[in-house]
Amino acid sequence: MENLNSYLIVSAVLFSIGTIGVLTRKNAIVIFMCIELMLNAVNLTFVAFSRYLGNLDGQVFVFFIMTVAAAEAAVGLALFIAFFNNKDSIDVTDANLMKW
Amino acid sequence: METLFFLIISFVAIISAILVVTCKNPINSALSLIMTFFCLATYYVMLDAPFMAAVQVMVYAGAIMVLMVFTIMLLNIRVDASKKHSHKIVFSSIIGFFTFVNLAYVLFKSRVAVPTGPYSADMIKQVGHTELIGKEMFTNFLLPFEITSILLLVAIVGAVILAKKKI
Amino acid sequence: MFDNVWLIPLFPLIGFLINGLFGKKIKNEAIIGGIGTLMIFLSFLVSCGILMQMIGLPPEQRVFEKVVFPWIHSGHFKADMAFLVDPLSVVMIMVVTGVGSLIHLYSIGYMHGEEGFYRFFAYLNLFCMSMLLLVLGSNMLVMFIGWEGVGLCSYLLIGYYFHKKSAGDAAKKAFVMNRIGDFGFLIGLFTLYWWLGSNHNIWTVNFMEIKAASHLLPYGGVVTVATLCFFLGATGKSAQIPLFTWLPDAMEGPTPVSALIHAATMVTAGVYMIGRMSFVFIKSPDTMMVIAVVGAATALFAATIGTAQNDIKRVLAYSTVSQLGYMFLAMGVGAFSAGIFHLMTHAFFKACLFLGSGSVIHSMHHALHKVHSHDDAQDMRNMGGLRKAMPITFITFLVSTIAISGIPGFSGFFSKDEILWQSFSNPYHGNLNIVLWGFGAAAACLTAFYMFRLVFMTFFGECRINPGAKSYLHESPLVITIPLMVLGTLAAFGGYLGMPKLMGLLPNYFEHWLDPVFELSTEYGSTYAQHGDHLSHGLEWGLMGLSVLIAIIGIGIAFTMYVQNTKLPGKFVATFPALHRAVYNKWYVDELYDYLFVNPCKAFGQFLWKGFDVLIVDGVVNGVANTVMGFSGIFRYLQSGYIYNYAFSMALGVVVMLGYFIFK
Repeated sequence: MENLNSYLIVSAVLFSIGTIGVLTRKNAIVIFMCIELMLNAVNLTFVAFSRYLGNLDGQVFVFFIMTVAAAEAAVGLALFIAFFNNKDSIDVTDANLMKW
Repeated sequence: METLFFLIISFVAIISAILVVTCKNPINSALSLIMTFFCLATYYVMLDAPFMAAVQVMVYAGAIMVLMVFTIMLLNIRVDASKKHSHKIVFSSIIGFFTFVNLAYVLFKSRVAVPTGPYSADMIKQVGHTELIGKEMFTNFLLPFEITSILLLVAIVGAVILAKKKI
Repeated sequence: MFDNVWLIPLFPLIGFLINGLFGKKIKNEAIIGGIGTLMIFLSFLVSCGILMQMIGLPPEQRVFEKVVFPWIHSGHFKADMAFLVDPLSVVMIMVVTGVGSLIHLYSIGYMHGEEGFYRFFAYLNLFCMSMLLLVLGSNMLVMFIGWEGVGLCSYLLIGYYFHKKSAGDAAKKAFVMNRIGDFGFLIGLFTLYWWLGSNHNIWTVNFMEIKAASHLLPYGGVVTVATLCFFLGATGKSAQIPLFTWLPDAMEGPTPVSALIHAATMVTAGVYMIGRMSFVFIKSPDTMMVIAVVGAATALFAATIGTAQNDIKRVLAYSTVSQLGYMFLAMGVGAFSAGIFHLMTHAFFKACLFLGSGSVIHSMHHALHKVHSHDDAQDMRNMGGLRKAMPITFITFLVSTIAISGIPGFSGFFSKDEILWQSFSNPYHGNLNIVLWGFGAAAACLTAFYMFRLVFMTFFGECRINPGAKSYLHESPLVITIPLMVLGTLAAFGGYLGMPKLMGLLPNYFEHWLDPVFELSTEYGSTYAQHGDHLSHGLEWGLMGLSVLIAIIGIGIAFTMYVQNTKLPGKFVATFPALHRAVYNKWYVDELYDYLFVNPCKAFGQFLWKGFDVLIVDGVVNGVANTVMGFSGIFRYLQSGYIYNYAFSMALGVVVMLGYFIFK
């Protein structure tokens, strides 16, 4: 059962759940976590493909994705703190300067 | 046996992913997310990539999620009390569903006929995953690796500046 | 001394800058007035120096051009900030600075206690600067700066009491009328420049260079066009038919302004301009005729209106228009030096008259103010018998009145008689001469009549002022009477500079003085002049006598009507009500202009505003805006400003596109 496709299906399910989370939640940190979830779903695809292709490039790529995710987390959370300091809230509905 | 294990892991991963989205308290979301990350690490082990599993646990479950939990606690964020719009959930679910259909269709149709690379499961077991990854990284991918360090440096400086009291 | 000519406009400019920038801070009237007067007086001293030097030179060397700095050099075109010193401009600067200093001095007393005292002196100095630029400019562009500058100052000073609506309206009227004239001036300038440049490759606006090239100009043709345009400019600035209506309204300004700008100097700019370019004007017989006819008609027309006005300044204003008509008549018959001579004598006696009237108004105003009467301080019907209260004003006023009426021995006689004789005897207009002379003589009669009417109504008879105010009437202070006395003296004796040859007592200094300027013009004129019979001295004597007789008749009528039998004017009005009404209402020229030009313009403006602008222009603009707003009302739901909505649409787009490519 645990061939390539089953990993890929799990990955697709996780990615879709992440998408729904990004679209429905208002708390910026939860949205951020959902994005991490989507990234991980993609990572799983990479690793699975890498394994079944017998090629390590995919895994190296996952390594880089993790690095980017770490940087993203650091900067993103700093942004949230700054935003929170200004608006006293972390809701994306409060980031409404563009609202007419 | 492995199939059963795979199914259990998949079940846990998906349930905790759903919890990430549905929990009202961000702390609960964060804890569920950690659960998902562990499941993924398990997958990596099952895919003969123990180094990736270790990194997954250390970087994601360890560093990133700790940072997030700290932030949540630091900001003392209240439970997400604002009511959700039902139509938003419906639309989002439709989009999510179609995303899943698209992805599943593509991924399901993908077939790996013949392994193209030299790294078979036996070879990984024999040489060691970490060593192979290390060789790849410091030979073929040396330049991206170095650039990543600059990215991290920039992220550190950016985070420090952004998180200052006044911007 | 010639080299220092640039100082002449510089001093008033300094005065303008000091008073204009710091006057509000200085506050002290003595200092402000002192600076203003001192600056123009310094100009006067420099002018005197230049005059002295010029007298010492032989006539051929009396032309000097001083380039202060290169101004515009572009391709063919070259215009320098340069001043031209020649006998004509020296006459003008002497008049402007001389009369100007006296009027500045006078203003210190007259404007005492007025709000914006510093503003008045700043404008006055600016005016003097502009006027001096105008008369000294060695090319048409510098002249044009001055030309525009005096127009601006005229506007500012007419509107000095800007809180009064009538003053603001009068200022606007003057400005618009002047603008029509300026338009003509510019077109004339362009025409001349273009013709000389394109046909003879002489691209110049410099007077001396044009003069040197004037033999290339044809008689008539393009010169007629150019000179008629210039003349339009002159009619605007000098208040001739058809652009004369602004000048009487300009009396809304303070009296020194009326004296300086609207009598002595600015309004003569047109005459000066024709004199300066006489060598061009004379080349077009048609233009000369137009100028003569317009001048004569204006002289008579304005004089008739002057007979029925009751406002002391308005009478003088129409008198000014009429006298300017004489100057144009002189220009039109080729008697350029006579015209300039009349310009000078007119500056003396008309400035004196205006300042005298100002002195009367000043005194009346104070007396009426003391008893809180709201009677009009300028209405002659409220005056009468003032000679006892204001002897100095009365005497100087009387002297000037005699001068303007053309009684022998006083300055006006010499200049006016010269013009009348020239208009009769000139060789240019053939049979028209007798008509021109007739108009001039009739205007002379009317001038004598209305001026003495003014004197009799103001200074003779019973005092009709509010009885309580009578005891407050007093002579004006010295600072006002000194300029009056100086100008009165000049009005009496200034004419001896230009005594006609015929009398033989003195040579005609003035004509000799200007001869080098107008020599060339006379030469051009002689090519088409009709050499009729030689007119005898007897005829000249006869005409002179006739004109004196006419003046005395005018005085006699005035004496009869306003001193002997004061009921006569009433009877006259009762007999010819329509005529009186027409004259009193200035022949309805204002109304005619309103009907012909102003109202159509307003209606057209209304149409453009209500019809074109509001409906079409605004309609298009608002329509576009409304359409955009309508669409944006729909589309703004797409752009809610919320991040998750953007994320939603992005996700939707990705899903749809991916779906399309996967399942197609």
